[in-house]
Amino acid sequence: MYVADSRSSKAPVAPAVGPVRRGAALRSVPGAVLALGAVSMVTDISSEMVNAVLPLYLLTGLGLSPLGFGLLDGIQNGFSALVRLAGGHLADRRGRDGSARHKAVAAVGYGLSALCRPLLLFVHTVPLIGAVIAVDRTGKGLRTAPRDAMISLATEPAHRGRAFGVHRAMDTAGALLGPLTAFLVLRLAGGPMLADGGERHGYDAVFTVSACVAALGVLILLLFVPNRQNGVDPSTWAPSLRDGLTLLRLPGLRRLTLCAVLLGLTTVSDSFLYLLIQRRLGLSVNLFPLLPLGTAAAFLLLAVPLGSLADRIGRRRLFLLGHGVLLLAYGLLLSPLRGLPVVICVLVLHGSFYAATDGVLAAAAADTVPAEQRGAGLALVGTGQALARFACSLLFGALWSAVGGPTALAWSAGALALCVAGAAVVLRPSEAVATDVSEESA
Amino acid sequence: MQSRTRVIVLLVAVLVLGAVGTGAVLYASDRTAERDRTQAGGPAVNPGPVSLQVPPNGRQLLFRNMAWGPHRDEITTVPADHPDGPRTASGTQCLRFHAAAGTGICLQAQRGALEDTYRAVVLDDHLHERRSFPAAGIPTRSRVSPSGHLAAWTVFVSGDSYAGTDFSTRTSIVDVRDWNLRENLEDFTVIKDGHPYQAHDVNIWGVTFADDNTFYATVATSGQTHLARGDLAARTLTTLHDNVECPSLSPDGTRIAYKKRVPGLSPDAPWRLYVLDLATGTETATAEQRNIDDQALWSDDGTLLYALPGDYGADLWTVPADGSGAARLVTRAAVAPAYLG
Repeated sequence: MYVADSRSSKAPVAPAVGPVRRGAALRSVPGAVLALGAVSMVTDISSEMVNAVLPLYLLTGLGLSPLGFGLLDGIQNGFSALVRLAGGHLADRRGRDGSARHKAVAAVGYGLSALCRPLLLFVHTVPLIGAVIAVDRTGKGLRTAPRDAMISLATEPAHRGRAFGVHRAMDTAGALLGPLTAFLVLRLAGGPMLADGGERHGYDAVFTVSACVAALGVLILLLFVPNRQNGVDPSTWAPSLRDGLTLLRLPGLRRLTLCAVLLGLTTVSDSFLYLLIQRRLGLSVNLFPLLPLGTAAAFLLLAVPLGSLADRIGRRRLFLLGHGVLLLAYGLLLSPLRGLPVVICVLVLHGSFYAATDGVLAAAAADTVPAEQRGAGLALVGTGQALARFACSLLFGALWSAVGGPTALAWSAGALALCVAGAAVVLRPSEAVATDVSEESA
Repeated sequence: MQSRTRVIVLLVAVLVLGAVGTGAVLYASDRTAERDRTQAGGPAVNPGPVSLQVPPNGRQLLFRNMAWGPHRDEITTVPADHPDGPRTASGTQCLRFHAAAGTGICLQAQRGALEDTYRAVVLDDHLHERRSFPAAGIPTRSRVSPSGHLAAWTVFVSGDSYAGTDFSTRTSIVDVRDWNLRENLEDFTVIKDGHPYQAHDVNIWGVTFADDNTFYATVATSGQTHLARGDLAARTLTTLHDNVECPSLSPDGTRIAYKKRVPGLSPDAPWRLYVLDLATGTETATAEQRNIDDQALWSDDGTLLYALPGDYGADLWTVPADGSGAARLVTRAAVAPAYLG
């Protein structure tokens, strides 16, 4: 109200400090970021709806043996990470008007995944369901880099941390709402969770609603995300595939990718961490499904404040601090402390780790890549991290079977501590970037 | 496009997509409600008293009635010699069920606000609840020992993986005399090929009891399934034979019927029904040529009873245990059988 009044008033009133600051804060999260956040939120509701019921569906709806599906899942995640590189490169290429094709590539990615939902109504065997999920992951791989590139290009450099925080918070809200929606639909549609006799109607309802929600996500992208991105000048050169390969010559990006890979290699995957929490802290098996919700809730609440903090103290510094927080979580898990408060502490630390690293890494990477190659640059860091985490899952699984969960975690914690120390050295000369940011925002 | 136009397009889309979604939910709800209506040509089901005592008027077959109608999912009883005759419904709903010597084990679902939870209920001879235990997932197998003193159950635990596509099982055994509960048989020491064996991927399911201390079960690890003999007092599981799932011990204790994963068959339907002679180790294929995903039940020392998918979920079939004869339909719309008497 006050802001509107002061704007409409033609009197040369000296702008009060409050409204101007608030206005700056609002402008720091541009409409494009909010629109992309809405797209991610709606799409995550749709995909998490399906993810929440897929195991039940395979088991009780189709009566299929899901053996090997876990492995398939891992392979497809790795595949998705590689597709991300292609998505990033394609997004940096130019359309006829010379502008980058971020939105088009993202739309294809979101569209592919949306198409997979109704397909689930018609495929009833494991190989075909595997194929549909593969297409879904291809879509996810394609859209991730252009989406993050659009977020970074739409935002002033000084506020990127907060912008990514807002996006990740909205994304996580969708991930939390998805399973709730799925169970609500199953509840209203009646019965299929009880009946193990092959009645598919409830699942069909979930897939149909999920398809509708996914279509809405694509529509929001097409309608409300601007086509042309700031910073990408149509008159400048369009990067070729060869340019994509030489991205690692950028010292800032190379250092960041190296650190993301090193830290990713020592970051224990969520499922292992939840298993350890359940076993070591003596949590009831019935509460197990709540563990990811705890992490997600902390992530949701802290993504924006920690994103803003990253803008102030430096994104690389917060990225490292986030891994320090993860180290604390490991330490707490390994300590003799037990009980529900410890479980909650570990989950809050785990969620803080995501809030301090997930969007923050993208923001930090955006600082190091020119606008013309933003998509490919972000994809490189993201893919490196994802593949490192995939490798870590395999390694940690092997280590767990060899020496047991707690010992494996102790080894991981030691390795993580070394990598954080190493990353702190590698990233130290980049303090210059923080100066750049403050200059730009000044 | 004007921003007003965009908002209007979005609102129209929300309305259309919302209508499609609502329609899908209503359609599904209607189809679900259909299962509460009795279908023509189905078995007659009437409510009546059901007891787990040895019946005075001849042998009884109990199972979960899958026929549509008001008594769907209830434990029903039929005379063993007229399995296709009128069913007496107990009013007790179970997803999985087994009974012996006046003790019943019933795996039930409880509808929650957001999620169904499951529990294992020990029933007395009048199907009244004696005690219940929370179960961590979707029920799959249940058995009572011949004496009625021990009850075992297996559930699928889907929460063990964040990805949600990796399954594991959890098997529990309770002594109904002192309620001593072994919540997770994975805590027992597995002795494989004569040596204590440790691995994070050990899964155990499908208990069948020999007596009040000895039982048999499936032990799976690193992609292989094994038949294991369990010792409750010693808390051990000793592997005996490979490629055995869902064992079922014959009443005379000499043979085990089981699902065998036959190489070369479709990975979606790899199992055939086999019988293993415990003394000689000889395996015999039954005449049943279809994929069996059930823990078979011995109706006597020479005959097996098992469920196969059917129009209303499952039908019960029978086949001789010695490999002779042919599979024969016992009754439609039934699953989880147990004999009394």
